[in-house]
Amino acid sequence: MKIYVCIKQVPDTETKLRLKPDNSGIDDSAIKWIMNPYDEYAVEEALKIKTEIPAAVVTIVSVGPKKRVVDAIRTGLAMGADEGIVVDAPEHLDSYLTAKALAAAIKGDGAPDLVLTGKLAIDDNNAYVSQGVAEFLGVPHATVISKMSREDGRITVEREVEGGSREIIQLNGPCLIAANKGLNTPRYASLPGIMKAKKKPLKELDLAGLGINPAETRVAYKELQLPAEKPPTKMISGDVGQQSSELVRLLREDAKVL
Amino acid sequence: MSNVIVFCEHQNGNLKKGALELLSAARGSGLPVSALVIGPGANELAKQAFQFGATKAFTCESKDFAAYNSELYASVVERAIKNSGASILLASSSMLARDLFPRLAARVGGGLVSDCTELAFAGGAPRVRKPLYSGKCTAGVEFKGSGLKIILMRPNQLPVANPDSGKTGEIVPLDVAPMDLKTLVKEVVRGASEKLDLTEANIIVSGGRGLKEKENFKLLEELADVLGATVGASRAVVDSGWVPHGMQVGQTGKTVAPTLYIAVGISGAIQHLAGMTGSKVIVAINKDPEAPIFQKATYGIVGDLFEVVPVLTKEFRKVLQ
Ligand SMILES: Cc1cc2nc3c(=O)[nH]c(=O)nc-3n(C[C@H](O)[C@H](O)[C@H](O)COP(=O)(O)OP(=O)(O)OC[C@H]3O[C@@H](n4cnc5c(N)ncnc54)[C@H](O)[C@@H]3O)c2cc1C
Repeated sequence: MKIYVCIKQVPDTETKLRLKPDNSGIDDSAIKWIMNPYDEYAVEEALKIKTEIPAAVVTIVSVGPKKRVVDAIRTGLAMGADEGIVVDAPEHLDSYLTAKALAAAIKGDGAPDLVLTGKLAIDDNNAYVSQGVAEFLGVPHATVISKMSREDGRITVEREVEGGSREIIQLNGPCLIAANKGLNTPRYASLPGIMKAKKKPLKELDLAGLGINPAETRVAYKELQLPAEKPPTKMISGDVGQQSSELVRLLREDAKVL
Repeated sequence: MSNVIVFCEHQNGNLKKGALELLSAARGSGLPVSALVIGPGANELAKQAFQFGATKAFTCESKDFAAYNSELYASVVERAIKNSGASILLASSSMLARDLFPRLAARVGGGLVSDCTELAFAGGAPRVRKPLYSGKCTAGVEFKGSGLKIILMRPNQLPVANPDSGKTGEIVPLDVAPMDLKTLVKEVVRGASEKLDLTEANIIVSGGRGLKEKENFKLLEELADVLGATVGASRAVVDSGWVPHGMQVGQTGKTVAPTLYIAVGISGAIQHLAGMTGSKVIVAINKDPEAPIFQKATYGIVGDLFEVVPVLTKEFRKVLQ
């Protein structure tokens, strides 16, 4: 069984953000990079399957600047994955080409029985790449999955949608599953795991080798802006009765939202 | 000729507010506008789309489309896109749309941006902005090439124009060729709540660990009932099992942008703020004057929520009913 897990490296939420002087992007010199939190659930799910099927091979795939992205792949390997594939690419390759590159890298490596990803990356929240990879691989997908079980080549998943409703979906044959929080509890990399990860195979690819031209991006971000200065908070004083009536008045007359 | 197609989601026999917002925005573009309505009742719903400016509606009435199936939906939407010749597709950044349209963008080689918060048209071209890095900044979106541009907008960001009840349009029914489906929707378990989802709600009352125990969420439900609001929560209380994960607001929960967000007993951790700073007006109720939530709030009340919330509920009831 071949399981591929697509991961992305993103800035840690705690990182303070600065824009480049020309506002064309963020200043990435001082960023702490982490594995996208949702991708950790994807890695964990693959490793859970590997516990049940020891012959399963779990391969971590990532597209991005090689010099930093390999750290995230090594984290996945340290958690217990078998192999890594890094596709060297410029910063901010768009979702369309990223999905193409991931699919091409997977196709070139083997025939996937299962592809796992996070439901979205917390940097641009676009949630495109998972379904894009599924489309380019020609397999069905299910996203935002918080429960998953396998039986005879069929996967049954649970997806939470609006209003707390849940869709129970069955996928037949190879498929792509995008993980939500709640699917499992990702393990930490152990010290021996980290040592072993250094010796695990890491395949290095680039976009040209996969037939992908970075000039064919569909979307670029420009004119970045920090949020406007917020007016100071209006603190409402007095006793509880005064606070409450004043708040109701402000919401109706000042903010006009009621 | 450039034209816009608006994917219109609906519920209980009405187009959702997000769809009306997008139809209104599309009409302002000066480009021809068509609507795409899928599911039983689509032809009737198309009439609503005409009143909001669509001149044509692609519909699929089949009962196979009553529940969302990604494969079926993708095939019929692809047909609508080809048939309409649209260069721009607008949809709400909903669970359904965020699952479906990336697949479609890849299929037709188009560009897609989701979770957008600003949309305007200039000379027929869409000008779009969206938050990046959990709302720490926003960015303009540049579409490259001549492919389809797919824009998924957060609801509650755009005004809804007045409907024109005299307007009608042309209905184009779409049929679907039988498919060998690999995806089967076995069951849709309806949630208990009849209220608007957090991502669509105009008013949200959210509770955190300050509520002390599960039962105390009743206080917030009463307040929410008076306001017609939806109840949300911080991760701390979701992790404690007081409320389901569907109610979580924040980086690993839902991103919300209501007109009014009332945070009760929530400290304002950066991961929580990541999900709600897009709200227009934020009210914080917390007994700790140093709680970081106050820095993001429009209005702050320092006090014990167990005293403040019941009085506040009464006060709202007085003026709203
Ligand atoms: C990777 C990651 C992802 C995360 N994702 C999310 C997320 O999506 N959403 C999220 O919310 N958090 C998230 N968190 C957790 C976040 O860091 C905080 O731990 C969490 O938001 C705290 O919840 P809280 O404000 O309810 O609790 P606390 O921080 O404990 O705050 C409780 C507040 O209640 C106040 N209070 C107590 N009693 C009263 C009273 N009687 N009256 C009035 N006020 C009172 C206190 O002063 C305090 O400010 C994430 C964390 C990590 C590491």
